[in-house]
Amino acid sequence: MDHAAPGPIYRADPPGGLVVVPLDAFTAVYHRRSGMTHLLTEPAPQILAILGEAGLSLKALLDQLAGDYDLADATASALAARLDELVAAGLVATS
Amino acid sequence: MRHAFALRIGPIGFRIGSDWRAPIDQLRSLYRDYPAPQDGVADYTVRLFARRPWRRWLRPSVEIGGDYMLPEAAPLPLRHGLLAAEMAMNLQMALGARRHLLLHASAVERDGRAVLMTGVSGAGKSTLATLLAARGWRFMGDEFALLDPATGLLHAFPRLISLKNAAIPAAEAAWPDARMGPLMAATPKGDIRHMVPDARAIAAMDRPATPALLLFPRYGDAAAVRPVPPAEAFVRMTQASTNYVALGEAGFTAMTRLIAQIPAVAIDYPDGASGVAQVEGLCAAL
Repeated sequence: MDHAAPGPIYRADPPGGLVVVPLDAFTAVYHRRSGMTHLLTEPAPQILAILGEAGLSLKALLDQLAGDYDLADATASALAARLDELVAAGLVATS
Repeated sequence: MRHAFALRIGPIGFRIGSDWRAPIDQLRSLYRDYPAPQDGVADYTVRLFARRPWRRWLRPSVEIGGDYMLPEAAPLPLRHGLLAAEMAMNLQMALGARRHLLLHASAVERDGRAVLMTGVSGAGKSTLATLLAARGWRFMGDEFALLDPATGLLHAFPRLISLKNAAIPAAEAAWPDARMGPLMAATPKGDIRHMVPDARAIAAMDRPATPALLLFPRYGDAAAVRPVPPAEAFVRMTQASTNYVALGEAGFTAMTRLIAQIPAVAIDYPDGASGVAQVEGLCAAL
């Protein structure tokens, strides 16, 4: 029988793990666990705010972003690319 | 060490030891109006030493050291001993400071409000601060401005002003009575001459100021003014801080507050008089 593999769950740090300061089009984020500073643009800060510790699948995250921010043209592949960047930056983990 | 001198510049106490008398005598003379470290305890110890004992006499060559070392720091000839001392003091500050967020910037103050000026070497940080001080601004420093993460206030660090190349005659013209160190020609940074900050700057060095304007001056082009967006100012200032990473969250919070509170402006200026007029014009419009 052929099962589609379930997608990963994306998790961000628990509340308090990040210090988020909007600057202009960029948002400065201090990651307490690593001591690193990141400069993010949309939709990265919004993704971090939604994901939280419990985590979401790509599909669930896309649905919530679309609902919260009226993202008519949001695609799963574009969102996956942003998530990969956040994983590479150490701000998001997958399981 | 054989020769030693201790002093305080703003909130920072130094003890400088040397294998040779000459750099210590020069420091003692130029810093004669500065107080001793608080309670006699220096924050940083700076050492000027000969790598081999015979190098104290034979082609004397000054190594710099202290609590923090840069292994690749090249030794300087003894005639540049004063420069070696200043570089060593800067190095200890840059690598060791934890009480303040160190901003590689010059600063001047008027009515309790400070203008921060930062940029690469040659941008005119020292020159503009020196010229503004000649027009009545209080000189706070030409190398480091110390931002207190707890209060957001800027503390002065009015060390000797390090004038380079064309800035030397410009400062001499603006401050004809200033006390000057020896002209050190053909150092790794060009011609250098140290100028003692004016008596008012030294007397007021314990008085902090509220940051009011962040400037990114650049010398050489026709006069121009460009607002710098907060994110760009944030990135440039984290790069201009020697201990931003070491301070961790305190540094992040202090830096983001600074950027949120004051306007940031880049200016091009063709000569000192134009630069001074641009800075004063921007301050008047705040």
